[in-house]
Amino acid sequence: MNNKNTKFLSPGHNGCAGCGQLSAAQAVMRGLHKNVIIANATGCLEVTTTAYPQSAWGLPWIHSLFENAAAVASGIKAALNKKGDKKTKVVVQGGDGGTFDIGFGLISGLWERGENVLYICYDTEAYSNTGIQASGATPYGASTSTSPSGTVSSGSTQRKKDMLAIALAHNLKYVAQSSAGFPDDITNKVKKALETDGPSYLQILCPCIPGWKINNNEAAMLGKLAVQTGLYPLLEYINGQLSASSINSNFQAKAVEEYLKKQGRFKHLKEADISIIQKLAAENIKKYKI
Amino acid sequence: MKAPITNLSAQANSSLANKTGSWRTVKPVINLNTCVGCSLCAKLCPEGCIEMKKQIKTEKIKAKINYDYCKGCGLCAHECPVKAIKMENDF
Repeated sequence: MNNKNTKFLSPGHNGCAGCGQLSAAQAVMRGLHKNVIIANATGCLEVTTTAYPQSAWGLPWIHSLFENAAAVASGIKAALNKKGDKKTKVVVQGGDGGTFDIGFGLISGLWERGENVLYICYDTEAYSNTGIQASGATPYGASTSTSPSGTVSSGSTQRKKDMLAIALAHNLKYVAQSSAGFPDDITNKVKKALETDGPSYLQILCPCIPGWKINNNEAAMLGKLAVQTGLYPLLEYINGQLSASSINSNFQAKAVEEYLKKQGRFKHLKEADISIIQKLAAENIKKYKI
Repeated sequence: MKAPITNLSAQANSSLANKTGSWRTVKPVINLNTCVGCSLCAKLCPEGCIEMKKQIKTEKIKAKINYDYCKGCGLCAHECPVKAIKMENDF
């Protein structure tokens, strides 16, 4: 989209062909400007874009560890404050493993201190980078390498952790959820979050080709289906109030089966499991109706 | 003894040296007569290798793919609202 020289995320990275996360990352980059410093947690985004000695990033970008991206961002913010630089924004990027599980404590600290940092979580619903192990973001019924489906088990028995509620419990001024099938929605939410004075959180559903066992060209379609079934609505909370939701008066829910049957990680599910997931969608539709 | 300081920084946008077009087995081909210039393909492309360009003769904005980097995932062809992109064998 942008001119080659001004690109914040260049081609030539090692992401899978059709990667939902990199598609979302391109949309995020269109929402940023040149006065941004990015701190990146370990994960697919870091590994695929910075194979040493090369980097795909066109913005100041730092990677330290899996768990401490939020703390690194705090450090950058402290240095900027000391220099009196109010113009430069700090953005953290992490996957669901780094956000929901490993970096969880330090993210809570960042939010508790009320620092002006935007945290973006690319939610692939598993540890995609290390071989699709289940994370706190893995939904009910998904088969992963640590929750495999078989004669005894029908995939993950746990429910997805509600990170939005946890973010809201920290009194964040801007909390939003989006999905990789809606690039303009992502870009708009990034722009809004950057303007917020104080910490903000954006969580983006990113279909993962090997993790979800889908075809190369299906990432955007599944990102859209997750929203259309009510399983992953587009949401926006401003000052703790739900101000925008994809579950509005025009919303007509599609059956979750349509979303599940297209993915290898759900193909083992029987009627009973599908009806449990349908109930989860119904709960969402009730909860996020605007 | 002091530990040596290793420089672990990289040049911005240096990944452009990797021409990932060699990953491709199928290639997207745009029918410029059908393309309405909505730019959805350019927004969705995970490589960011589709640009919207003004046509010299007609002055209309149409999509243009950079085949140096296109990995041939087919996301653009799948999502194109007017089916202007077809995937063709590329070997």
